[in-house]
Amino acid sequence: MLLINCPYCGSRPEIEFTYGGQAHLTRAAKPAELDDAAWTDYLYVRANVKGVHAERWRHAHGCGRFFNALRDTTTDHFLCVYKTGEARPDVAAGAPGTAP
Amino acid sequence: MNARVPRGGMVDRSRPLRFTFDGKPYAGFAGDTLASALLANGVHLVGRSFKYHRPRGILAAGSEEPSALVTVSRDAARSTPNLRATQVELYDGLTAASQNRWPSLQWDFGRINDWLSPFFPSGFYYKTFMWPRSAWKSLYEPVIRRAAGLGEAPTRPDPDRYAQRYAHCDVLVVGAGPAGIAAAQAAADAGGRVMLCDEQAQFGGSLLSDVASRIDGETGPAWVAAAIAALGSNPRVTLLPRTTAFGFFPHNFLGLSERLTDHLEAPPDGAPRERLWQVRAGRVILAAGAIERPLVFPGNDRPGIMLAGAAQTYLNRYGVKVGGRVVIVTAHDAAYQAALDLRAAGVTVAAVADLRSAPAGTLYEAARAAGIDVIASSTVLGTAGDLRVRRIDLGLADGAVRAGLRIPCDAVLMSGGFTPSVHLFSQSRGRLEWSAEAQAFVPGRSAENERSAGACRGVFGLAESLADGATAGAAGTGRDPRRFTVEAAPRCMHAHLGALPALAGAAAGKSFVDLQHDVTAKDLGLATREGFQSIEHVKRYTTTGMATDQGKTSNLNAMSIVAGRLSVGIPQVGHTTFRMPYTPVTFGSFAGISRGDLFDPVRTTPTHEWAAARGAVFENVGLWKRARYFPRSGEWLHAAVARECLAVRSACGIFDASTLGKIEVVGPDAAEFMNRLYINSWTNLGVARSRYGILCRDDGFIYDDGVVARLAGDRFHVTTTTGGAPRVLAMMEDYRQTEWPDLRVWLTSTTEQWAVIAVQGPRSRSVLESLVEGIDLGGAALPHMSVGRGRICGIPMMLFRVSFTGELGFEVNVPADFGAPVWEAVHAAGQKHGMVEYGTETMHVLRAEKGYIIVGQDTDGTVTPDDAGLTWAVGKLKADYVGKRSLERASMKDPGRKQLVGLRTRGDGVVLEEGAQVAAKARQSPPMDLIGHVTSAYHSSVLGYPIALALVAGGRSRLGERLYVPMPGGDIEVEVTSPVFYDPTGARING
Repeated sequence: MLLINCPYCGSRPEIEFTYGGQAHLTRAAKPAELDDAAWTDYLYVRANVKGVHAERWRHAHGCGRFFNALRDTTTDHFLCVYKTGEARPDVAAGAPGTAP
Repeated sequence: MNARVPRGGMVDRSRPLRFTFDGKPYAGFAGDTLASALLANGVHLVGRSFKYHRPRGILAAGSEEPSALVTVSRDAARSTPNLRATQVELYDGLTAASQNRWPSLQWDFGRINDWLSPFFPSGFYYKTFMWPRSAWKSLYEPVIRRAAGLGEAPTRPDPDRYAQRYAHCDVLVVGAGPAGIAAAQAAADAGGRVMLCDEQAQFGGSLLSDVASRIDGETGPAWVAAAIAALGSNPRVTLLPRTTAFGFFPHNFLGLSERLTDHLEAPPDGAPRERLWQVRAGRVILAAGAIERPLVFPGNDRPGIMLAGAAQTYLNRYGVKVGGRVVIVTAHDAAYQAALDLRAAGVTVAAVADLRSAPAGTLYEAARAAGIDVIASSTVLGTAGDLRVRRIDLGLADGAVRAGLRIPCDAVLMSGGFTPSVHLFSQSRGRLEWSAEAQAFVPGRSAENERSAGACRGVFGLAESLADGATAGAAGTGRDPRRFTVEAAPRCMHAHLGALPALAGAAAGKSFVDLQHDVTAKDLGLATREGFQSIEHVKRYTTTGMATDQGKTSNLNAMSIVAGRLSVGIPQVGHTTFRMPYTPVTFGSFAGISRGDLFDPVRTTPTHEWAAARGAVFENVGLWKRARYFPRSGEWLHAAVARECLAVRSACGIFDASTLGKIEVVGPDAAEFMNRLYINSWTNLGVARSRYGILCRDDGFIYDDGVVARLAGDRFHVTTTTGGAPRVLAMMEDYRQTEWPDLRVWLTSTTEQWAVIAVQGPRSRSVLESLVEGIDLGGAALPHMSVGRGRICGIPMMLFRVSFTGELGFEVNVPADFGAPVWEAVHAAGQKHGMVEYGTETMHVLRAEKGYIIVGQDTDGTVTPDDAGLTWAVGKLKADYVGKRSLERASMKDPGRKQLVGLRTRGDGVVLEEGAQVAAKARQSPPMDLIGHVTSAYHSSVLGYPIALALVAGGRSRLGERLYVPMPGGDIEVEVTSPVFYDPTGARING
């Protein structure tokens, strides 16, 4: 049961959240202008990171908001959380100030 | 036979207990385990091995026991198989039985497997049972099923209660041996909230078997008692005996299983049998100790062959002599202490066969001084004895291996050294590293805020363990760790790994590595010869380490043998992944209270009690209970549905549609939001009008559907399917928050706020006219797909003119608290119009007669709007909506795609089976050429014949074609029709 630090509510158990998949996927403003390969990439192709992964979580049984997180998939440690729309922070795993 | 010493041990001789094993009565004492009590009675044969059915005894004294698996039964419903006799606490009247034997333990027919063993090497089942194929169902599978497994599962539901608890603490200490107790003391001294758990009933670990050492002048058990008493009186300390930490999960979350009543003769009525603790710890200290390693030599599995430390435990803790004449085979100094203890108790120690060439040290000297024979450079060539060991054949291994002494004995005690217990550390995803000094894997880099202390991290020796535990407990507290004055044997770092040296060319007996799964050294060699190099593959091919003991006494020996065969070091072979649980945990403790009525939440509608009182039969739709049909006087499903359908179309029906999802989409940009999301155009939907909306995902497939009403310029009332409500709201929030955050729109679920009463049929308007105020119900004032606001029985109401039946219809929306009384008023008013209550089954038939789809039944996540014949709903002028880009793909426009059609059965009119396949050619043999499947099928009482909806390749171009539905009894011939069977012009919608 992970402890997830919702940027709005603080540290809450995993059971209050739903997972939102890979973060920073941008839906094209004009999908009609994308070719099939680019559209397929957007729909189906995802990173499979062994290490620090930028992903979304939603505090479904809490404030209901989406937010982003950097999580190390090998240890399930969260490096940081940041709000929707913010850029991915430049944080390395094991850096000071990150979760143990 | 009485193998109990007259004095000593920690059992309570003032409390004798009676128990039975395989029906035979025996005596023991309070404080015994089943294993110690059996040994006290001279019983060593306790089971038959998994594959070869070899006679097996007791190897160990703790939870690492691989062989002594028994079934303990309290009554017909409380019977637990595969318990380790070493962990079963004795109580008066305990009933235990051995397993995996027929007709008896002494004479087991399955022993034939041992004699046929050349046919049963590791992985034999991958190469056998292939021919003839037909024999699988009738012969192989039934026989294998009966032969497989060890114990028998109980056949009655578990009647016991199980509790669960969450806990937080500053420090969780796992293991209450010397290191664990020292750690808990240090953490408690610093004022933290401490939890200390141990799988055993008594705290103390290795100290409970140690009569020689002294800590601060006290014996081990006395020091433990004082330390635990002090901890127990500290209100910030929680002591948990009989509690196994079975799993270490991310973020310092651990699962503990506390056994509460299994040791009691008469558990109190209603008391929980076990308690599951889910603990979030500030920091964790693992003091799990180390497990003694058996030796691998031919015939190392006979009853009476056990671990040296276990023999010491049985003597010092339980007062039991495991034999009268023992031989000790060891590569470690600790076995010499066992020799001394046994000799002092009157046991003949015929010899100590030391694998090392030059044993030395204080314990060795003491043994020699006591007159015990020590043979250096020993190996073991074999043993003899069927139901009990009676002889050991030693060899000499100083250069070439040659035969040595044959010594008669009734017990062989082995010590190959100690394996640090790194299970929980490894589960926490810490990195193990190989310690050449300890000859074992020890904790390396931590992944969580935890540390290991004592033998479990390769710190052997009593003084060293205590110091290590105290240091771990004091870490970060700013306090110095306590110091201890210890008199104990010096620590020994020796170890033997892998098989013992054998005589060249000799055909020796089986050398067991994994006792519980009957895996021999030869099996491991076979695996590497067959090309398996990864230890994970070798494990699965041979099943070594895969039994319920998870290889606690075998893994390191197995890795060493594999390393030898592959000519690499053990670190290169690596280790397999450690998984929870450390020892088996009951299903009951995970289930807790989630059983029966509390298994899942139940959602009911405002009319539920009314329907239940009428004898409605309910179905589950997600977590909802919905009335499926309302049988009258002995009707079955089909008769009730036939009656309900005819009544709706000829007069009128009343139906509870409250479970469908309702979402209010509100804001200045509400229409823009709806336009971007649903396939329809919403800008041109007038206020107080509604439209059938379809929601796709960006992959272009139908995700949900429902009628959407515009209540105001900035307010939409969106309905969804019952099961889809949470998914649709989640998808809306996803796009609103993360895709289009600049749109001014807000979403509210109102599913539970409105009761929805559908009134459908030609008489529906007449029924409502008498109850509705403030709305003109006439066809011009309230046309089909419009909304009115008014009152019904004085209650504020939204009235939708909408129909899922194809008849003139309305849906009355009132606040949910008024749902029941309004329903009853409408029902009462409807009686003189022939109104009939109907359920979901009738709803399904009536909509199918009109060719209306149900998302999730006629669609499966791969159906586009065009496939379902719903292109008319698409907002053609919209530049984009979710799914549009995917629908532009060539494959999505292929006319050969599966399209929704109707099917009529030719001939005797049988109702097709939902899910049945559709073929273009009759009388095919598998593999058949199939072109679609039946999605919905019912008998239509209104039409008088069976109808079906199906998705068929190129369906719309096949109207009138004859197709076939292959079934086990033969092909059913069908004709492709329009999916609209009833009232194709839609005239009945206006009554």
